[in-house]
Amino acid sequence: MMFAAAIIAVLIALTLAVARALAGPTAFDRLLAANKIGVGAIMLLALFGFMTERPEFLDVGITYALLNMIGTLAVLKFFRYGALGHAQDLDRDPG
Amino acid sequence: MELLINMVLLTLLAAITIGIIRVRNLFAVVVLAGAYSFLMASVMMVLDAVDVAMTEAAVGAGISTVLALGALHLTKTEEAAPRYSAILPLFVAVGTGAMLIYGTWGLPGFGLADTPMNTGVGLDYLNRNMAETGIPNVVTAVLASYRGFDTLGEVAVIFTAGIGVLLLLKRFQREG
Repeated sequence: MMFAAAIIAVLIALTLAVARALAGPTAFDRLLAANKIGVGAIMLLALFGFMTERPEFLDVGITYALLNMIGTLAVLKFFRYGALGHAQDLDRDPG
Repeated sequence: MELLINMVLLTLLAAITIGIIRVRNLFAVVVLAGAYSFLMASVMMVLDAVDVAMTEAAVGAGISTVLALGALHLTKTEEAAPRYSAILPLFVAVGTGAMLIYGTWGLPGFGLADTPMNTGVGLDYLNRNMAETGIPNVVTAVLASYRGFDTLGEVAVIFTAGIGVLLLLKRFQREG
């Protein structure tokens, strides 16, 4: 019952995050919202795993967390340098 | 509870899909596609396909985001306005969707035990797997053992595709 209530809370949080991702207005709002959706997916996975009494789903959650960070870092790096390219390109720091 | 989670997640997926279509900034589209993948992975997880969920998250949110950004470097960030009316493609898409939904009426219920897919070959694999391969996860046993050559071919195809993408991105970068 407690897990069910927590899952509903996470679902509401996910809905709000999706609303922000759709509304924008800047790319950073969307990026933060997407990151938040990733975190919400991890929490949903953990809660659902415990609710159905299979907490080994947590391992998958760790993978999600790593991927979420890689995705965000890739987008931010692209925004700063305009490319994901190779090391020699990154020596020319535009800022 | 499962039904509620799936309904909410699928509604959010539909909302994000419409957002991806409407947003003209490709940078935002890449970010939204990453969010879409995480929600889709959650749907897969609720449907009890944890391995598919993991693949969806790794490919959709991880490598696709990076590849799409790499491609974005070679083009403009703003999508050009469409030159043709969207009526015909919309009609085709709605028609195909309606036919697919009509097709689902003929499918057996979700997870029923007495359907052909669960009584024929599937049951055979479940019975023989432990004695023949000793791998506890039957999906892994089928992919890596019973269909080993098929998987080897797939790996070769994906490897070739990866090399192709790397060559394309690298060549354009030198010229630019």
